[in-house]
Amino acid sequence: MKTIFEQSVAGREGCWPCEGAAEESYIPKELLRGGEAGLPSVSELDVVRHFTRLSQRNYSVDSNFYPLGSCTMKYNPKFTEVVAGLPGFTRLHPVLPQLRGAGGLCQGALEVMYEIEQLLCEITGMAAYTMHPMAGAHGELTGVMLMAAYHRDKGNKKTKIIVPDSAHGTNPASAATAGYEVVSVESKDGIVDPAALEKVLDDEVAGMMMTCPNTLGLFERNLPEVVRMLRKVDALLYYDGANLNAIMGKMRVGDVGFDIVHWNVHKTLATPHGGGGPGSGPVGVSDRLVDFLPISRVRKREDGRFFLDYDCPKSIGYVAPFYGNFGVYLKAYAYVLRLGGTGLRRASENAVLAANYMRKRLSGHFEVPYDRICMHEFVASASPQAKDGVHALDFAKGLLDRGYHAPTIYFPLIVPEALMIEPTETENKETLDKFCDDLIELAELAKTNPEALTSAPVNLPVTRLDETRAARSMELTDDL
Amino acid sequence: MIPEDLLYAKTHEWVLIEGDVATVGITQFAQEQLGDLTFVEMPEVGDTFEAGTEMGSVESVKAASEIYAPVSGEVIEINEELEDAPEKVNEEPYGSGWIVKFRIKGDPEGLLDAQGYASAVESEAH
Repeated sequence: MKTIFEQSVAGREGCWPCEGAAEESYIPKELLRGGEAGLPSVSELDVVRHFTRLSQRNYSVDSNFYPLGSCTMKYNPKFTEVVAGLPGFTRLHPVLPQLRGAGGLCQGALEVMYEIEQLLCEITGMAAYTMHPMAGAHGELTGVMLMAAYHRDKGNKKTKIIVPDSAHGTNPASAATAGYEVVSVESKDGIVDPAALEKVLDDEVAGMMMTCPNTLGLFERNLPEVVRMLRKVDALLYYDGANLNAIMGKMRVGDVGFDIVHWNVHKTLATPHGGGGPGSGPVGVSDRLVDFLPISRVRKREDGRFFLDYDCPKSIGYVAPFYGNFGVYLKAYAYVLRLGGTGLRRASENAVLAANYMRKRLSGHFEVPYDRICMHEFVASASPQAKDGVHALDFAKGLLDRGYHAPTIYFPLIVPEALMIEPTETENKETLDKFCDDLIELAELAKTNPEALTSAPVNLPVTRLDETRAARSMELTDDL
Repeated sequence: MIPEDLLYAKTHEWVLIEGDVATVGITQFAQEQLGDLTFVEMPEVGDTFEAGTEMGSVESVKAASEIYAPVSGEVIEINEELEDAPEKVNEEPYGSGWIVKFRIKGDPEGLLDAQGYASAVESEAH
């Protein structure tokens, strides 16, 4: 496929900028561009076809099932886009609430910021939130910085953060970025083992980062014990919200004893995924950490008006320009209000039901290493098939041929040949059944005609890629 | 399959001890589990390590994994060819895919013989 620049033909045009606009502009002459802009010369139709084709080559949940484990690729209802597109929001200038006397011009937006914090507090049982972090990993770093601020304030000498071996890779990365030494703790039967934790826990531990349900889709049943152990050494417990979609309305992490939690609103609260952003990773804290939250904080006066408070002497400071990605958490706000408490609880219930249904259907055909009631996702393994030379990667490629996005493979690392499947609550039973049928058919094919799988995909614009070579000799740019 | 003349760490490194020099690599089992390697991160000559501490890492399209020093000592040579050809570790893990050479300090401890390593691998697979 040609790039839009390769389609350029001198003299062809699709739009007509105003004549002489540059001469009348306020841009100083010395800053004006001298030569051509270097834009492609194409017609409007060329542009429309080009980008439509590109979009057709993309794969999205709007086109088909996307059971990418750990990513919660649920459908994002379109009404949230309508809400986020309301001119009262899109035409606001972000500096307004900071201008003297202009706060009255943006009370609606401030109220949204205030209320989404209240709603997230209610769902998770935390004392307060910051909506500023721009994505989940940014939320994690903010959370770990809050942890550090807490210990500094108390004069604690802490150097380590504990992370279970089933953790998302971002956890050790966030802890290390904040300057902590990362200590891994082994799981037993797929969950954190208090005996193993005891061995690595000491006075230098600042906190522990956990995901619950964890990356294997299993509920961490030893949580109360873990909380007790951490409290003894004044270590904080961090909740990675990656899998919140499994427990909304079922467990409030604040009630369990977590001190910090981040949300991935693009997963749980149905804002758009991927593309490098924009994202949003709100962070909630327990009472003892509220004073350290980033500035600004949105507050409500007694007369019901909202304002931004910058007078927070113990705050860790700014973590983002303005107030984070307002448009993204506005969508999350609309989603939470639309579903309500009952709707959110049912979303989690259906996500868990769908995962368990698929786990049961597939368990005779693949190894399921932790074959017990799971939460919103489960991990199957192609270990039996791998003995005959058909690996998780080959099943993933086979699924691409059948029009699906592949599940997450080779993660978590503690399961060899892992196929991590997360159906989410928005898929109907027919879709789940069809996917299971297809995957079971592939398991049969692995026995009868393994080459058909090891040479897949054959139905896509590009066939089997040499992933090793792509990683060994990386070339990410091209001369246009 | 598992060479008899080498010693092994539970973390899947092999060691060939000749006098006070130890040649270290990762095992056939380790390279199979990782799949095609894309990068080998090696220590520098002159670095010293205690046995059991992290001395580098190997990366494949599937995962990154640490390499631990199986013996204590000083790095006296690294396999520079791996910088451009990490696939040597996949092709000949016990030969041209060796990773570093150590000048051993003290007596090596806690290493397994071929049979011991074979049963360690066996129990890990189940």
